[in-house]
This record gives sequence, structure tokens and C-alpha cells, in this order.
Amino acid sequence: MSSAETKIDIRYVAKLARIELTDEEVATFGAQLGDLLGHVNVLSELDTASVAATAQVVESRNVEREDAAGQCLDRETVLSMAPQRQGSFFRVPRIIAEEG
Amino acid sequence: MSDFIRMSAAEVARGVNGAAFSASDVTDAVLAHVDAVDDRIGSYLTRLHDLARETARNVDARVKNGEKLPLAGVPVAVKDNMCLTGTRTTCGSKILENWISPYTGTAVQRILNAGGIPVGKANMDEFAMGSSCENSALGETRNPYDLDRVPGGSSGGSAAAVAAYEAAIGMGSDTGGSIREPAAFCNIVGFKPTYGRISRYGLIAFASSLDQIGPLTRTVEDAALAYEAMAGHDPMDSTSIDRQVEAASTALRTDLKGVRVGIVKEFVTENLGPEIHALYQQTYAELEKLGAELVDVSLPTADYGLATYYLIAPAECSSNLARFDGVRYGMRIEGADVGQMYEKTRAAGFGPEVKRRILIGTYALSSGYYDAYYVKAQKARTLFSQDFKRAFESCDLIASPAASSPAFRFKSKSDPYSMYMMDYYTIPMSLAGLPALSVPCGWVDGMPMGLQLAAPLFEEARLLGAAHAYEQATHHARRHEPKMLEVAS
Repeated sequence: MSSAETKIDIRYVAKLARIELTDEEVATFGAQLGDLLGHVNVLSELDTASVAATAQVVESRNVEREDAAGQCLDRETVLSMAPQRQGSFFRVPRIIAEEG
Repeated sequence: MSDFIRMSAAEVARGVNGAAFSASDVTDAVLAHVDAVDDRIGSYLTRLHDLARETARNVDARVKNGEKLPLAGVPVAVKDNMCLTGTRTTCGSKILENWISPYTGTAVQRILNAGGIPVGKANMDEFAMGSSCENSALGETRNPYDLDRVPGGSSGGSAAAVAAYEAAIGMGSDTGGSIREPAAFCNIVGFKPTYGRISRYGLIAFASSLDQIGPLTRTVEDAALAYEAMAGHDPMDSTSIDRQVEAASTALRTDLKGVRVGIVKEFVTENLGPEIHALYQQTYAELEKLGAELVDVSLPTADYGLATYYLIAPAECSSNLARFDGVRYGMRIEGADVGQMYEKTRAAGFGPEVKRRILIGTYALSSGYYDAYYVKAQKARTLFSQDFKRAFESCDLIASPAASSPAFRFKSKSDPYSMYMMDYYTIPMSLAGLPALSVPCGWVDGMPMGLQLAAPLFEEARLLGAAHAYEQATHHARRHEPKMLEVAS
């Protein structure tokens, strides 16, 4: 199957993936991903109409545990890894724009 | 005694447990060797001198108290996607360049409990995405057999460390071949157990339905010892299997009488070139000479492995790597609002291969394409499990090349897909969750090649037993020493 036919809106995908791309990256990745999708399109040759999708390769049942508090990392350890904190919170830039 | 560095894990443990020498003796020798050679090889991103010496003293004290430890004093390279308290754990990525693990993962802890000594954190392709270690953002690892060639990947640092005697056990992780391919490239044994056999708690996730921890070692016996130390149920990993682990180190065989070895007819070796083709014909003949019965088996979906894998693995990676957003840990690049901060952080923190895979995975999971790509791939994956099940009705093990070429030169695979092709033989087993390993089987162009053996789910003991018979009868690994060590000594 030819690879040239698959066109991806790479900027839209990058927005979904939360990665800022340079113009150069848009060009390179766009071409490379189109090429890769050309390769993976061979899967359309496989007849999977009566095949169930794999959920797991090794059979296992729902794994549950007692609903009881266990040991976990203490708050100070966790917060000390953060790029920015404020007291006992992770600090992030503004999320909601101010009303204009 | 620099002989310590060349000892197998089994020999080290025997000596330390028998008080012939101490864990500290071995550790000092290995650390000195690492300091002498690793500037040229680059196996380790972080050397753990202090922790190694302290751990060795503890092991010596435990042995003095009468404990028998299966890995007493054995030097271990820990792949840098595994958490070990107080050590930098980078995943070969700028986004985690300065991140210190706040806890120790289960597999690493079990190696430590068994007496292993952590020598360093080993280099890897960024987030385990790659087949050459060239995707590491933090350092270059060279193949000890030819410094102009790659060590393979993604567990390339662990493989190079073991090959160059900088450790006896390398801890690796394998998603599509990341233990087996570097093992083949570096003339050592690389073993990926059944999916779920070894807990992944404390392994930074790439593709959770495929990721599996396993050992890289210079002998099959050492792989069995390391496997036994790490395997077994762990409530901290909900995909960990609650099932008895069969002893593997006591199931090592010296012949292959009564073993039916399947040769996959779709895995033609003719197109790998006359030399490689001849090598694998010789390898299969060696198996036969040991008493194995060779049978033809078919994996009709074999040629769809790469396509299936390169949808499932990126899809899972795009989801798993969403956690690296500059909020709770790792790098942050500031932005005007939180969205811009995410986008700038991830743009600066991830390298090109990681970005490529996140983008392809995001696309495959996005609205309108989910059924056509992701669900289709998961259905194709079912066909792999069915094919293997059918194949194993007429054979006990499956033999194939581990990689389609020997270790290649740096920057020789500029097109991403040509790099992905390196995993052609290892991906099918990963998709089906099967245990598989690579064991040295000869030399092409002065570089080592690996025989891949695969077994049905949970048949690790059978697999290691047969690989041991092959290794002991052929000793292909012993024909050459790493070139750079010949020069040094």
C-alpha cells in the first residue's frame, strides 16, 4: 500500500498530545508519520471480522485489594519532587483566563 | 584480583557464600574496572560507587550471619527506567534528567534481597523506545565488540555493561525486543519471561500491555538465577501473575533429546544475506545434533507484527507519557497558562523518537480513527496468540534469529522504519506475551549474532533448560573477547 495517500493534520494531533512543534518538526513528523501509517495500513489485509480484540495475553480476573489504607509516600517527599510548589500544593500557571 | 570481573553470577555467589572472597572484594574490582573502561563504552548514566560499597558491606554481614544468598555479591547494572531509592532515574530523557527515585521497584528490591550489588544505572533509548541506544538524550553507549557500532536497545547500557564485564547481571526491560536484540548485538544472553511473571512496580511504563522486565547475562545459568530472584507475584502490580514459579536453574539440560523445535516457515533467512542465512542453517543443525527434532511450523501473521506493534505500543505510550506534564515531577518550561506550560515542557523534554510515537499513538486513538487503527491492531494481536497456540501443538520451542543483522554502525538507520525493522523477529512473541530469549549463536563480520528461542506461556524452565544445552554444546560466545578489552589488557 502506498504511503503518500495518508495525510495527517499533524498540528491538530500535536495539540491533542500537548506538544509544541516547530515548523520544521511539523514537516518532518508529518512525512514520517504518513510513511508509517502507510506501513501499518497493511493490517487492512487481515480478515478480523470474527476475531475478538485482545484485552490481555495472560488470562486473569479482576484484581482487587482490601479497601484499606496502606503505606504510601509521605506528602513532603512527593512535593519535594515538584518543579514548583506552594505550601502543600503543586503550583501551576493560570488555568482559567480572567474575565475581560 | 581482576578475575572477579570475569566471573559469572553463579561463581561470584558461590565464592561469597563459601567465604572464599567477599562481596566487597568483588565490588571493588568491578568499580575499578568500570572507572577504567566506561568512559569509552558509556554503559552507565550514573555510577553508584557509594551505594555499591555500602550494599556489599551489608551482603558480607548477612553472609557472615549465616545467610545463603543466591546472588551474594553479584554486580548488577540497573536499566535507568527502574526506580532505586535515592538514585537518579532518567529513562534516558531530558524530562527526567534530574529526577531521584523516592522508592525502589519490586524487581530491583528482589535482586537486592538476593544479595545483588547495584553498580550503576544503565543507559537506554529514551523511554525504552529504540533499538540502538542512539535515542538516549543523555549519553552514547558503544558496543564493546566494536566501538563504532551500537550496542542495540533499548536495554543497550545493560547489555554493554554485561558484555564488557562491568556487571554480571544487567536488568533490562523488553517491550518489542529491547532485551533480546541488545543481547544478540553484545554476545550475551537476554531473557524476556512471560508477560506478568516479573512485577513492573517501579518500572517507568512505556507500553503496559507489552512491557516485561528480564535479565541480561553472560550465561544461561545466570539468566535462570536472576529470573528466579525477580519472578513471582507482587500485589503492587495488578498485572503480575499469581502462579508458582518453576525452578529454572535446576532444570538446565545438557541435550535436547525429545525436544521438538519449530522453525517458522515465514521467517525466511535467505533475504538476510548468504552469510547470515548460512549461520542460522548451521545453528538449526546444531540444535538437531543435540537431539532436537526440527519441525516446520507456520505463523501466517508474521509479516503483520510490525504494523500491529507500531499501533499498540505508541497508543499505550501516548497515554502513559501523558503524566510528564511539568506539574508533579521532572522538567518544567514556564508558559503564560497551564496549557502552554504543558506544550513547552513536553516539547523541550522529549526527544524526536518519543514525540513521533506519542503523535502516532495519539492519532491512532483519536476520534474517528480508534476502530480503524487501535481496535484493528488489537484484533490482529489476537491472531498472533492463536497462531502461536497452533504452532505449539506440534513443537515445544520455536527457534529464529533474534535480530535481522549484527550490530550496525552509528547513524546508519536514519529512517525510523528501518530501525523498527530490527525487531521483526522479536515482536511476535511480545504481542503474544510469550517467554523468549536470545543466546549467542555465532559471528558474522566479526560481530556476534543471537539465536532466539521462544516457549509457550509460563514455560520459562523449559526455555532456559534448552538454551543452556545449546550454549554448553557450542560456546559461541567464548570465541572472541570484546575488542576494546583486548587492547586495554
